[in-house]
Amino acid sequence: MTRYWRLFKDSTLLYSFGRDKVAMASFSVLLLLVVLSFSSPLIAPFDPYDPAGIDIMDSDIPPSWQEEGDPRFTLGTDAQGRDMLSTMLYGTRISITIGLFAVLLQSVLGILLGLAAGYFGGRIDSFLMRLADIQLSFSTLMVAIVVLAVFQASFGTELYNDLAIFMLILVIGIAEWPQYARTVRASVLAEKKKEYVDAVRVIGLGSRRIMLRHILPNTLSPILVISTVQVANAIMSEAALSFLGLGMPVNKPSLGSLINSGFEYILSGSWWITAFPAIVLVILVLVINLLGDWLRDVLNPKLYKN
Amino acid sequence: MALLEVKGLEVKFPMRHGELTALRDVSFSLDKGERLGIVGESGAGKSVAAFAILNLIGRPGYISNGEIIFEGSDLAKMNARQIRSIRGNRINMIFQDPMMTLNPVLTIGTQMIECLQTHMNLNREQARERSIEKLRQVQIPSPEDRIDQYPHELSGGMRQRVVIAIALLTDPSVIIADEPTTALDVTIQAEIMELLLSLCEDNDVALMLITHDLGVVSQVTQRTIVMYAGRVVEEGPTRRIVENARHPYTHGLIDALPERTAPGMRLNQIPGVMPSLAAIPTGCSFNPRCEHVMDVCRSEQPGYVTDGEFRVACHWVAGREQQK
Amino acid sequence: MIAFLVRRFGQALVVMFVISLISFSIQDNLGDPLREMVGQSVSEAERQALRDEMGLNDPFLVQYWRFLKKAVRGDLGDSYFFKKPALDVILEKFPATMELVIGATLIILFLSIPIGVYCAINPRSWFTKLMMGMSIVGISIPVFLTAIMLIYLFSIGLGWLPSFGRGETTMIGFWETGFLTRDGLLHLILPSIALSSIMLPLFIRLIRSEMMEVLEQDYIRFAWAKGLSRTRIWFLHALKNTLLPVITVGGVQIGTMIAYTILTETVFQWPGMGFLFLEAVNRVDTPLIIAYLIVVGVIFVITNTLVDLIYGLVNPTVRLAGGQA
Repeated sequence: MTRYWRLFKDSTLLYSFGRDKVAMASFSVLLLLVVLSFSSPLIAPFDPYDPAGIDIMDSDIPPSWQEEGDPRFTLGTDAQGRDMLSTMLYGTRISITIGLFAVLLQSVLGILLGLAAGYFGGRIDSFLMRLADIQLSFSTLMVAIVVLAVFQASFGTELYNDLAIFMLILVIGIAEWPQYARTVRASVLAEKKKEYVDAVRVIGLGSRRIMLRHILPNTLSPILVISTVQVANAIMSEAALSFLGLGMPVNKPSLGSLINSGFEYILSGSWWITAFPAIVLVILVLVINLLGDWLRDVLNPKLYKN
Repeated sequence: MALLEVKGLEVKFPMRHGELTALRDVSFSLDKGERLGIVGESGAGKSVAAFAILNLIGRPGYISNGEIIFEGSDLAKMNARQIRSIRGNRINMIFQDPMMTLNPVLTIGTQMIECLQTHMNLNREQARERSIEKLRQVQIPSPEDRIDQYPHELSGGMRQRVVIAIALLTDPSVIIADEPTTALDVTIQAEIMELLLSLCEDNDVALMLITHDLGVVSQVTQRTIVMYAGRVVEEGPTRRIVENARHPYTHGLIDALPERTAPGMRLNQIPGVMPSLAAIPTGCSFNPRCEHVMDVCRSEQPGYVTDGEFRVACHWVAGREQQK
Repeated sequence: MIAFLVRRFGQALVVMFVISLISFSIQDNLGDPLREMVGQSVSEAERQALRDEMGLNDPFLVQYWRFLKKAVRGDLGDSYFFKKPALDVILEKFPATMELVIGATLIILFLSIPIGVYCAINPRSWFTKLMMGMSIVGISIPVFLTAIMLIYLFSIGLGWLPSFGRGETTMIGFWETGFLTRDGLLHLILPSIALSSIMLPLFIRLIRSEMMEVLEQDYIRFAWAKGLSRTRIWFLHALKNTLLPVITVGGVQIGTMIAYTILTETVFQWPGMGFLFLEAVNRVDTPLIIAYLIVVGVIFVITNTLVDLIYGLVNPTVRLAGGQA
């Protein structure tokens, strides 16, 4: 353990992180958002999931620094009388959770299929890659919209609302596997050409062990770069789906569904219901993207290109 | 007067931690129709020297000192417009890898005609005629058809012929060939070199041949420059250099030639590697690899010992000269 | 060429087959068609009789075949809500979506290429740094948020531009266009900007990085050595090579673009196919959902074929007949 820690401490990654102000700032903001949102049950002034704690009379109150503001609700309340700050904290937690789990699913699926395609080659390879092409050209968002629309229509809204978080993770997770699969496959093909894979095969290690022990570590840096960007993309996709009413329901809102519910009131002047979650969403996605950019510059992996 | 005269050329690359000097005090000259070889291991600065002549060093490198006098004017001091009228017109280049030199999405014809239209007052028809004529000179079969093809439809050898044809299009007075045959199949290397040589002779073009292969240089050129770590270490008539090299580095290069080794024996090699530009040793830059190294070599950079057309930068050689 | 078309046709058949299967299974699973048609008051026996008559009790393959036969003739059933053939309803809205996409595509084309090329040629200029900074922010703002911000700023705040609908339109044959009137064009501005807002920075970054890579190639150095002018090197030698991967990515992005039209149309209440589709989802108007899927499938096939053709025209190393050389 200490050995790995020392390796990490001496790595170029940490060195360049310490010299890059944008990366450091992005990381701090991200860390802050994650810590705050995941401790929301402890720090949020209200519990937005508890109907008893919500008074409809409190609805539509502007932020506290405005004239009609209420000191109890720092960032105002939404149309149902929920405290914006608390609802946003919980919502950010949902958005980040969906993003992380969706990417986890994507990467596991993509890495396995990519390893299989690259290692076995032949028909398996061409079948998987053709499948990846088709899926990519249909775009995640399009596939997700259609699938979720169909599910919502056939489940009925109520059941769907209970399952929404799993459905979102599943749909976003499954739809984006080609990103990983292509990159991993390209790395496997490149690694396969190198002598050392032949060498370990001569020693007599099985093909599965070769893949896991030798090829996988070499594909780590492209996977890390992709994953960062993909978390940002997954959060964006989730927000878009929720905004269309196909994602998280109003009583358990993510940032996207909060923006959706606020959009109806933006014309009547209640800008804060839309604006605050929007700012949080953009900052969240932006800092992840900035970290992704920085990682790409530092690790400079050979990413798959069309 | 020499056709091209390079005097005290110095090229620097600004880096994050100070500047790297890629070329130091490089001087040589080229006469009309003369064939000059520039030899050295990779990293010796041969290509930088070639690109510097046409002010084509990739950013952020720049010429920090020296003169490049060509037909009476200094190329190093020309503005972008003036130097463009020299490039591809009076001084042309041939690159190493013909697979990478031609633009893959433009036809051979387009890539030839654009040169002629840039530098000579020809209309499209005349330019096309002249291009076909040059393709015929480099022995490309049915040039009328080939001219409308794309590079990928031609073999490597064919492509290098096309590159040579492009280099000859404008009747230049100098051709700089940077390892023109290294990337080709061994079987056609000699053929292409023969073609280049005979075309230069026929058209009275001066040839600057840059290569790591002293064997090729000895067959083709009249004079040779040996470079090491961005500096000229030895210069002289090719024959004298090959038969009677004086700098220990040149000796090493010659001993490393396969024909110098008896069949079945191990090839000779110079121990160690060329230093990187960031870590050039003080004194003579060759001193860590030199078998004749002396104390002075580690502290003082050797000056040139001149003997007629012959010059060499080496403390050891200088010491032996004095003893005589 | 013929081989290319045949292969393309084969791929199109596969894609359409998959979509028809999905569509058909939606039709089977979403609600009960009988309830939509006769209401609750009919007895179970009568229902059964009607089911037989309509063929709802036939085996799966028979039903699917019947669905296919009708679909090929363009008969996808009547929309429950509009009481009109679903395909007609969708196709009526096609021009609105198409004009939105055209608007966004024009913005992307005319901005991304010059900006991307500039940034590649002048990597150290302040404008490049500004563009690179702005583009990463742009990529991080979801399309619907851009749309909302545009409305808030230019419609509600400044009152310069209309915020919803297509405004005044003109009929040219079956095509309802907003291009011909000032009002129609004004209505197009904000939605087009919103739709292009994520793709534009994406393409600027793509073109910049591809162009920078191309500028390092030997054939570009050779072009400099030939003494060609800067404009010729940048805009012919380099740009043509840069565009190859850009075209490929553009083809992949068509699907995303169509998905974004749903978002944009929703925010701007743009009466296009995407807006209609979302309404149909909320109303469980199955025939309309199916019609939308099939129309989108056809658009995919056609645009991807076009992209391939363009790629083949620009890249001489690809022979349309024989795949990649």
